[in-house]
Amino acid sequence: MQRVFRAVVTTVVPEAAQFDAAGWTDFERIVERALADRPASLRRGLKLFLRLIDWIAVARYARRFSALDAARRSRLLASMERAPLLLVRRGLWGLRTLAFMGYYGRPAAAREIGYRADPRGWDVRR
Amino acid sequence: MSETAERRYDVVIIGSGAGGGTVAQELAPLVRDGRRVVVLEKGPRLGDLEFTGEELEMAAALYADAGGFLTADGTMTLAFASAYGGSTVVYTGTSLTAPERVIRRWSVPGLDHADIVTRSEKFAAQNGVHLLEDSLINDNNRLFVEGGRKAGFRVEQFPVNVRGCRGSSLCNLGCPNQAKQGTNRVQLPRAEREGVEVVTRADVVRIGADGSLLVRVAARPPGAKGGPAEWPPGEYRVRARIVVCAAGAIGTPALLLRSALPAHLPRLGQAFTCHPALILVGEHPRDITNDVGHPKSYFVDRAAEDGFVLETCMYFPFVTAKSLTGFGASHSATMRAFPRLQMILLLACDRAVPGNRVAVDRAGRPVVHYRFTPETLEALARGTRAAARICFAAGARRVHVPADPPLIEAAEADRLDARVAARHFLPGRVSISAAHLMGGCGMGRSAADSVTDVWGRVHGLPWLRVADASLFPDSLEINPYLTIMALADRVAEGIRAEVREPVNA
Repeated sequence: MQRVFRAVVTTVVPEAAQFDAAGWTDFERIVERALADRPASLRRGLKLFLRLIDWIAVARYARRFSALDAARRSRLLASMERAPLLLVRRGLWGLRTLAFMGYYGRPAAAREIGYRADPRGWDVRR
Repeated sequence: MSETAERRYDVVIIGSGAGGGTVAQELAPLVRDGRRVVVLEKGPRLGDLEFTGEELEMAAALYADAGGFLTADGTMTLAFASAYGGSTVVYTGTSLTAPERVIRRWSVPGLDHADIVTRSEKFAAQNGVHLLEDSLINDNNRLFVEGGRKAGFRVEQFPVNVRGCRGSSLCNLGCPNQAKQGTNRVQLPRAEREGVEVVTRADVVRIGADGSLLVRVAARPPGAKGGPAEWPPGEYRVRARIVVCAAGAIGTPALLLRSALPAHLPRLGQAFTCHPALILVGEHPRDITNDVGHPKSYFVDRAAEDGFVLETCMYFPFVTAKSLTGFGASHSATMRAFPRLQMILLLACDRAVPGNRVAVDRAGRPVVHYRFTPETLEALARGTRAAARICFAAGARRVHVPADPPLIEAAEADRLDARVAARHFLPGRVSISAAHLMGGCGMGRSAADSVTDVWGRVHGLPWLRVADASLFPDSLEINPYLTIMALADRVAEGIRAEVREPVNA
């Protein structure tokens, strides 16, 4: 499931494709920590949802999700985001939330996007 | 500790936020007269230096489920804190008094708007509520004022309860400079100085039919923020003459629902409202000060006319990313424009409707059932269009909103009605969150229409009180904390009149 999860992550946050091994380790540590306190049913649900994404990719494009090009991956996830079934929309929302948490939860990402909040406030900005 | 220890008090207060902290302070004079009062707080007591402003770290330390508590169908995130001071640790300190029309609409016999105003003024003075001086206002707020006025809205300044604000912009992660005057800074320390006990990491499992509380005090997890519990970890049976539930609009109804209460309370858990909220951003052509300065200094109140309120805001990278609709390159481009982002929080003034309620699962954990009504979705669409107009009037070159596609360029500003409609607010697609959690133990006449009377007394159980936002019979339509304090003040007044004789320790 790691392969499809990383493919989802790089579709949600294209910059994640630049991660080296240490980058993925940082990312996955954040995600694992967030999931550790969640019910086992939620973790099972996410794994099932990753399988569903792979199945849809095979059904639609005869290829695993991780083997699709970026445009097809985006189209597939976008269609799930607008799916008539709430369960599907909710599953995608959960995955994208994890992707954003793992990516933007890293101090390096905050610096990259120019986020500079500091407990010292105005004292360091004037 | 293997056996259940017994403790006896005159008054037990469950929760230490705006409600519990207020009741603790207002009952402190009883301690001088020999009564025993204790506050049981589920969360930890953090030291001043533990407020680092780091997003994920502070969210995990202060919020229930690290800020990711979801409604039963997974379509909305509910944010509430679990800490010494409750959610007053993580709000922005905005201090508004309940509108008269709302109190009138609530129709609670004996609840007078003038009384709410008087009590709100008392706590506003106590908490140093004032308008921030102009030199502390950042560009994000100035653009809201400028754009709001140009777009034809009445823009008002928030009175806030800060003392010595340095403008960290980190209010929602707990002020790292102790400037915000939540109950953790004002009411609880005052109560403790007068002899009220506060026990943190103390989870009230249930209330027995005899009024006794089963309490589990947790050990401090290794590496966790906050001090150790004031009582040794273990299980306690706490007995009191009066039990005050102030665990919030989710915690209080859930506690009462899982308790064996000898009363028929068909309205318990019902009428939950929460001001469902969206974060909307506008991208300006130049960098602005947004992640420095008090984040929430101005608002536009369209509750009465259009069912929404717009407030300035500034969130952190993960919350911002999660809140923006969509994903991929355009989402990333918006995130990378962070120093140029104007940010607005849109709150829909939802109404209490059948089905939106707090329940508990088989393990007694809270479950919040919430469906967005068509009226709420329409209010979100109207509010989104208004926020976009404000951003464009302030000079934004594009906005990112729950449209399809989410980016709307300034050239399309005159097509907002077509570009943003209620159909775009598809639950489960759009990131909706809420932090103004209300209802579940509404005040009213009898058990047929409510859970408590106007003094927070649970119908049929005069020893059991409620003193938090769960008392609201419907949405307040403004930031609720001063009103919670005002109602908790009434509850405390009722208790003071009743508690006369001390019990043996």
